[in-house]
Amino acid sequence: MKPLEFLRVAWESISRNKLRSLLTMLGIIIGVASVIIMIAISSGTEATIEEQITGLGSNLVFVTANFTRAGFGFGGPQGGRSSGLVFDDAFAIAEEISGVKAVVVEQPSSENVKFENITLSGVSILGTTSDFPSVRDMEIDQGRYFNQIEIDRKQKVAVLGSSLAAELFGESNSIGQTVTVDTTKLVVIGVLQEKGLVGDVDFDSRLYTPITVVFQKFTPSQFARFRGDRVRVIYVEIEELDRINDTILQIELLLAKRHDVSLEEADFNLTTQQAIIATQEATTAAFRSLLAWVAGVSLIVGGIGIMNIMLVSVTERTREIGVRQSVGATPADIRWQFLTEALLLSLAGGVIGVIAGAGGSWLFGEIGGMRTVIVPTSILLAFASAVIVGVFFGFYPANKASQLDPIEALRYE
Amino acid sequence: MMDQKTIIQTTQLTMVYGMGEISVAALDGVSIQIQTGEFVAIMGPSGSGKSTLMNILGCLSKPTSGSYILDGEDVSELSKVELAAIRNQKLGYVFQSYNLLARTSALSNVMLPLLYDRQKQPDRETREIQAKAVLEAVGLEDRMLHQPHELSGGQQQRVAIARALVNDPVLILADEPTGNLDSKSGEEIMDLLHVLHDQGRTIVMVTHDPEIARHTERAIHLQDGRVETVIENGRTGRIIRTGGGDHEAA
Repeated sequence: MKPLEFLRVAWESISRNKLRSLLTMLGIIIGVASVIIMIAISSGTEATIEEQITGLGSNLVFVTANFTRAGFGFGGPQGGRSSGLVFDDAFAIAEEISGVKAVVVEQPSSENVKFENITLSGVSILGTTSDFPSVRDMEIDQGRYFNQIEIDRKQKVAVLGSSLAAELFGESNSIGQTVTVDTTKLVVIGVLQEKGLVGDVDFDSRLYTPITVVFQKFTPSQFARFRGDRVRVIYVEIEELDRINDTILQIELLLAKRHDVSLEEADFNLTTQQAIIATQEATTAAFRSLLAWVAGVSLIVGGIGIMNIMLVSVTERTREIGVRQSVGATPADIRWQFLTEALLLSLAGGVIGVIAGAGGSWLFGEIGGMRTVIVPTSILLAFASAVIVGVFFGFYPANKASQLDPIEALRYE
Repeated sequence: MMDQKTIIQTTQLTMVYGMGEISVAALDGVSIQIQTGEFVAIMGPSGSGKSTLMNILGCLSKPTSGSYILDGEDVSELSKVELAAIRNQKLGYVFQSYNLLARTSALSNVMLPLLYDRQKQPDRETREIQAKAVLEAVGLEDRMLHQPHELSGGQQQRVAIARALVNDPVLILADEPTGNLDSKSGEEIMDLLHVLHDQGRTIVMVTHDPEIARHTERAIHLQDGRVETVIENGRTGRIIRTGGGDHEAA
């Protein structure tokens, strides 16, 4: 028999048993679709993370307070020790550490912001220093950012995030207008370009003001300033990435000395952008391999489904096999017939699965609110594995069929 | 028919099922000879070994010992694949329960043996022409595209006979061909077999019905796996009518 004849015979047999054929394909359809959807989801997540990482800015070292070590007291058991990072730490880093390009601090607050008859509650207020836009990769859209002189003089000025500016002023020009933050009036001197979400932080909905203004006006309680003006984060932008570990060590030693603690029980944490990237990459990799396993398992389950129904089919068609043998079909003919059927079924299942996978990925994106990216190689991969699985699991039933004794097969009721 | 060439020659065929003490001999030294053009019945009660003999003659199984020469070729030692080729090239079967493929047209059923023809490998068109010719010969030219469930028992058996003829076999094996049919349809099938016989076909038929066996020239009776008697009926010369066409017996 020629291959084309096998295909024809297989096709006839498949189309004669439409429901059974569909059930056989179901496992493969689900398997292929889930491989494509899962890869689409994990690629979508990766793309999001990648964008966030680019949004972090370059060559950054993050210094944060370690509250578990520092304790909240100002005269507690660890009396005499520091309670977190203070503004002066930033100055010390900028002055005493070599290879530092810029140091920026950040102290947040949350206040009501009012302009004319518009009041926004719970707006994130961020006290920063003048290098903040360059260190955090923010671009100025209109006006300018505040400078060192304004910080030193505690000038009541504000720079608005793009969405905050739109909410307060709409299309009209905001520069020179006065907004009321809590009870303090701030003059708007600039608006930032849109940056979007970075991690879970919305850069565009915040109001930026000199850190000295935050210390003076928006620090919740005075005791927080007991040992100096506290800051949440110090960003240190370094000049040479190669020397980053050396710089980190210098900062650690400096801060430990200033806070009067040993390095082992430091009340601060240093994290690099690389470390964050590595953590997120490891998380995605774990996520991806988990999805790969789930998808792989569903493909195997699909293959077992094919095998199950093919086995039932062989039993059901025992007599047909007997008839074919009696008119001259060799064991190889029978084996090829069933293998071709398995191959056709898994090919068809693969095609339907690809369509279902693409549709499902789209649906997850539209309705599930997940970001999905359909990867062409995932289609190829899913399709190829479907065919391999189909043939692999089709072989046993096909072989079983070919080994039937013609007399027994003809007698089978 | 002029030359009385031997088509079947078996020598001391035995068939033993099981092993050791529980073994059962279904055939116990059967030696028969059948000439080209003969119409022979194999008879016997159930358990006499007639089905076992039929399976061996039909190259569906191999004897435990003894030799079987079919059309001048010793087939008792052939492999599965070689036996499949013999069945495909030299034999045609007619079963009691027709054994047609369900949900498959009469035409496709008849074409089936040609699908497995490794020697000639006829293309689909050739297969269709040949199958149509034999379906016409058995009087089913207007039922070619019907599926088995749309045909009467007698018609189904005629499709089966057409399938047995399509490869122009040297031997037709019929296993209780009228067993599932009413007497009228049975009669028609026997008439058709007579036509084939008269055209020179060699037919070996298994039956337990002496009425049916009387149609043949010779009846071989088996008992307990041995040939008990051979009854010569002589050549039956009759005029047979099938379908619309007239067939004169030679």
